[in-house]
Amino acid sequence: MDTSVNEETRDERRRNWRDIDLRAVAPFAALILLLILGALVNPNFIGLNNLANVATRSAFIAIIAIGATFVISSGDLDLSVGAMVAFVASLMILFMNSGVIADPALMLTAAVLFAVVAGSLCGLANGLITTVGRIEPFIATLGTMGIYRGLTTWLSQGGAITLKDPALQEIYRPAYFGSILGIPVPIVVILAVTCVAAFILYRTRYGRHVVAVGSNADVARYSGIPVNRVRTIAFVIQGLCVAIAVLLYVPRLGSTSATTGILWELQAITAVVVGGTALKGGAGRVWGTICGAFILELVGNIMLLSNFISEYLIGAIQGTIIIVAMLVQRSLVRKS
Amino acid sequence: MSSQTSGAGDGAVVLSARRISKSFNGVQVLFSVDFDLRAGEIHALMGENGAGKSTLVKILSGFEQPTSGEITLDGHAVTLPPNGAAEALGIVIIHQEFNLAEHLTVTESLFLGREVTRFGVLDRKFMRAETRRVLDLLGSHVDENAMISSLSIADKQMVEIAKAISRDARVVFMDEPTAVLSREETNFLFKQVRKLRDQGTSFVFVSHKLDEVMELTDRVTVLRDGQWIKTSPTSILDGESIAQLMVGRELSKLYPAKREPNVDEEIVLSVDALSTGYVKDVTFNVRKGEILGFSGMIGSGRTELMEAIAGLRSRASGEVIIRGATVPSGDVHAANRQGLAYMTKDRKSKGLLLNSRMTANLTLQSLENHGKLGYLSPASEAQALERARRRFDIRVRDGNVVAGRMSGGNQQKLLLAKVMETEPEIIIIDEPTRGIDVGTKQQIYHFISALARDGRSIIVVSSEMPEVIGLCTRVAVMREGRIVGMLEGDEISEQEIMRYAAGLKKKAAA
Repeated sequence: MDTSVNEETRDERRRNWRDIDLRAVAPFAALILLLILGALVNPNFIGLNNLANVATRSAFIAIIAIGATFVISSGDLDLSVGAMVAFVASLMILFMNSGVIADPALMLTAAVLFAVVAGSLCGLANGLITTVGRIEPFIATLGTMGIYRGLTTWLSQGGAITLKDPALQEIYRPAYFGSILGIPVPIVVILAVTCVAAFILYRTRYGRHVVAVGSNADVARYSGIPVNRVRTIAFVIQGLCVAIAVLLYVPRLGSTSATTGILWELQAITAVVVGGTALKGGAGRVWGTICGAFILELVGNIMLLSNFISEYLIGAIQGTIIIVAMLVQRSLVRKS
Repeated sequence: MSSQTSGAGDGAVVLSARRISKSFNGVQVLFSVDFDLRAGEIHALMGENGAGKSTLVKILSGFEQPTSGEITLDGHAVTLPPNGAAEALGIVIIHQEFNLAEHLTVTESLFLGREVTRFGVLDRKFMRAETRRVLDLLGSHVDENAMISSLSIADKQMVEIAKAISRDARVVFMDEPTAVLSREETNFLFKQVRKLRDQGTSFVFVSHKLDEVMELTDRVTVLRDGQWIKTSPTSILDGESIAQLMVGRELSKLYPAKREPNVDEEIVLSVDALSTGYVKDVTFNVRKGEILGFSGMIGSGRTELMEAIAGLRSRASGEVIIRGATVPSGDVHAANRQGLAYMTKDRKSKGLLLNSRMTANLTLQSLENHGKLGYLSPASEAQALERARRRFDIRVRDGNVVAGRMSGGNQQKLLLAKVMETEPEIIIIDEPTRGIDVGTKQQIYHFISALARDGRSIIVVSSEMPEVIGLCTRVAVMREGRIVGMLEGDEISEQEIMRYAAGLKKKAAA
């Protein structure tokens, strides 16, 4: 009797071990491999300073990719995020340059709120065009990508938009260059955004609805889930994440241009896919996404430190990574 | 079986099946069935839903291979090539859902996949002329240059037949060809079919419509539960005797004892003059604790009606009232809150998230019950799963298994549990036992009966007549979007339901 119970638990454990989802583990395994590879290429690579630096620079893509995780989990796609960064950043700097509020601290607070609202509205527009307008998300956001990019070029007249007030610059700088308890602010923001996102996706009704809609919209509808509202909110979350990325981006250079955020949609979607989220929806992996964003930045870093591949090839390498990640995902699905 | 030699179309046997058996995943659906088709005859294949007609048709047209038995073509044993390649042998199937690409022209459709070329360029002129010739042969006025999407359903049917003829079909299978046709269109179709028959083409006509079978066909073969029952010239049968042959079986002990409802119980659901695109003017009531059955042929509008009641489909007119309160049209969530839940017949594509675990599926429709302000409590969800597994006897070895890997029976129990999590007072169950084994069927019947004893009201929609008869104390029969009969007590029998469902008998809905 006793032994049979024991056998059963052992059996159970063996099965659990086999049931570990390779897709959830794969990105972290890839990250560790990259770290080892980097250490071999250049001993400076594995230093805490260099890694903190890499993590800091991955912040923009990581945060945008968190938003993309929601959109992709619900079965949609947002191609406009790169253009949206440029557009929201331009609006934010123009707002601060307008000087409607004299006090720098108050102005900064207002500008932050302004950027958050602008980002959310851009996301809402994408969501409504996709759901109410019933246009494929690929086409809808390809259109808004052109619109946001075009508006940015027009606002900047083809050049750059620069934050003028030195006092504002001074109090805003720490948002990117400062640190809290020795940890750079961007890394803190990444962690905070990821924790909140993981909570929403895994522990709330809305998160469950996102996964249900992405995995089978018919099942969601038959279960009384407001499918279009869920999808639209995912786009708004994406807009919000873009706004947060902008809040970190603006203090770094204090300016934006028509070329800000070019190909960031490729990087964000790559981070999501590398992280193990299924591109056809239905399985969101927030921590995997962060891992994916970090992997992308690491690859760039290794290229820079190693000197055997030109850093001008970075876009080509990232494009290759997303294709390889899709191939790996598919072969893992087939095996299971 | 004895082979008949009398009757119309007394030609040589073209295509025949000898002792054909077929199993899917260990479930046998055909048991040593014999069937033969002579040159120049129209042969009706009849049987209830699930009797094995479609499987036999697929085997005889090469879309499925038999598990055992042989097929002969012109007296020689053959193995039919799969995926429609049997067309080259002159065996053509006209599907229930048309196989025409909407954005092609009639000519392009006819020559799809075997386009005629001259010097490597499409010979449009020749193809158009050939299409015209075939359409004229059929007496059809369809324009050979028209887009398929612009044609009426009857004309599309005609193009399908033209396609069959242009491929020199000798054997044509027609699966419910008149389901979507008006009476005039049906007459025209029959005229063409008879004409082709007289030229030697053989037809297998699968239909539920007894009157049409009587009118059109030369011989009838009846299947029941995957077995051959009888083959006979149509002229010596009548509708009644065919219906008798199709159903004649006794109810087993599958079903729990029926509990006659109290006529004084309050009415919890009333549907008043409800219409959608297809459903017309449906009115009925359900009392507390009642099990009301909905019977009818596939395509009679039952699912559409139920989805309209449950808010999954908007209503064109009419009202749904639960305990005096109107249920808004097209709002699933509102219907849920008012105590009505609909359990889909399509558990794999509309009921369960196949890649998600049991818990995520179980609570999907009732997440409000598991935490405040949108937060979900894993402990509360785990308890719900524990309760549901006990209550509905969901047997899985690993509680973390994804729904797609569970057996059909366990999936069905999980789906029922999911719907019951919303604590509905009125439950609409569409095809409660589709594709599950007999043991689980029996369990589900007992769950349904227990729910009714609890004071819940249940509507059972089923294409399996014994199920409706075994469970329900009242049965509505639908036909072409309307309730054509409401049977109670002793009136509930397969023959009686079949008469209404096939249109042999009509009565104002009660």
